[in-house]
Amino acid sequence: MSQHAIFSDTSAAAEPLDDGAVEQRVTVRLRVNGLTREVEVPARRLLSDFLRHDLRLTGTHVGCEHGVCGACTVLLDGTPVRSCLTLAASVDGHEVTTVEGLVAQDGSLHPVQQAFRDCHGLQCGFCTPGFVTTIAAYLEENPDPSEEDALEAVSGNLCRCTGYQNIKKAVLRAAELTKGEK
Amino acid sequence: MKPAPFRYHRPRDVQEAVALLHDLLGRGGHAKVLAGGQSLLPVMSMRLASPEHLVDINAVAGLDEVGVTADGVRIGALVRHRDLERDAAAFAALPLLRETLQHVAHPTIRNRGTTVGSICHADPSAEMPAVLAMVGGYVVAASVRGERQVPASELFVGPLETSLAEDELAVAAVFPTLPAGTGSAMVEVARRHGDYAVCGVVATVSLDDEGRVGRVRAGYLSAGDSPAPLDLSAPVAGSVVADADWAAVGELAREVVPTDADIHASAQYRSQLVAVLTERAVRTAASRAQDGPHRLTDDEGHAA
Repeated sequence: MSQHAIFSDTSAAAEPLDDGAVEQRVTVRLRVNGLTREVEVPARRLLSDFLRHDLRLTGTHVGCEHGVCGACTVLLDGTPVRSCLTLAASVDGHEVTTVEGLVAQDGSLHPVQQAFRDCHGLQCGFCTPGFVTTIAAYLEENPDPSEEDALEAVSGNLCRCTGYQNIKKAVLRAAELTKGEK
Repeated sequence: MKPAPFRYHRPRDVQEAVALLHDLLGRGGHAKVLAGGQSLLPVMSMRLASPEHLVDINAVAGLDEVGVTADGVRIGALVRHRDLERDAAAFAALPLLRETLQHVAHPTIRNRGTTVGSICHADPSAEMPAVLAMVGGYVVAASVRGERQVPASELFVGPLETSLAEDELAVAAVFPTLPAGTGSAMVEVARRHGDYAVCGVVATVSLDDEGRVGRVRAGYLSAGDSPAPLDLSAPVAGSVVADADWAAVGELAREVVPTDADIHASAQYRSQLVAVLTERAVRTAASRAQDGPHRLTDDEGHAA
């Protein structure tokens, strides 16, 4: 018996189980931007929708919903991941930082946000939260990127407005601002 | 685009996971295993797959380890691409792993996606199945019947299809190291670094005791029928590395590797890439075979 491709016809797979008719709900407990949040959601809830619909944190944007555009990028235990390619239930017990969580307590912008503002790194702003979270995590590990590094750092995120040049400048500017802070 | 409803299961150890898979299969349920989900969740959201049961192994203990021995690198089913890419011991044992992982999607995807998951997904445009096939590695499959080793040559039976049984769980993949005198290289062309390859090549070149070219092998992604490596030694066997006709190896590959057209490339263009990339890969592999194991600087590939 072979394990079929996931694109294969599933109708051959016998009758549904007797308990399959009712949509299952699960309790998901996450630490989001420093606060513990616990919500009961459908088992199929994507992390992106969990943040936006269940927690009303609409800073995380949902573009393509299949992992291509990067707009939904959040930090999972400090590491960037696509929230649309992550089930909320699967990251139960973990820590998530969204773009809302990058702002300092006094409301002042994160260096990456400030750099986007300084460099005109956004126009419509739809893709920006994904860029900001990605770059914030990138600079933690690579505080001194070259221009080439900066471009590579954002190669997994799509922007249809800017043409990327000002985003690239913003990465370098954010690195300067971060260093200046220390 | 949201996944269709499913029953969600979250086993805590391998025993529980394989018992669950066996039980679900026995009751006629269609189950999929969720690890990183970077391939599975998009196809579920697009409703190309609607499994009745999802067995999430992210809470299963003991699957997140990279083990390096003199024989090879063993990668647990929850090791993320990015962790393997950064693993210094794995890099020292088999530099081809890091060199190839740098081409696997974007860093954000690699942070979550798993190497074993990518192998089990068996996408013909994926890099890691081709590497497993090239080094003669295998997958360790667990089930209620016990564990078995499934060699790459038996694992990949077609596009997106493996020989694993529906109630088996791939708990690890093992990549043997390459013998001394063998160099390796991986090259690909993608529209944007990190995108699916239009064409990619994994190659090894082995030198004989006198330092002449012995065996030349290449495996392909986004081209050819399977990730199984082909023997392309004929045009260069017995040659001195510096004088070998590497272009002829590329031309041989153009002849023997079947290619298809898609939205990004005609079959003819893809065959041109097969020829050019094969030549580049085998040249590099040969020079690494000659100069000893290739040593990327330790931070190479961490630019992203």
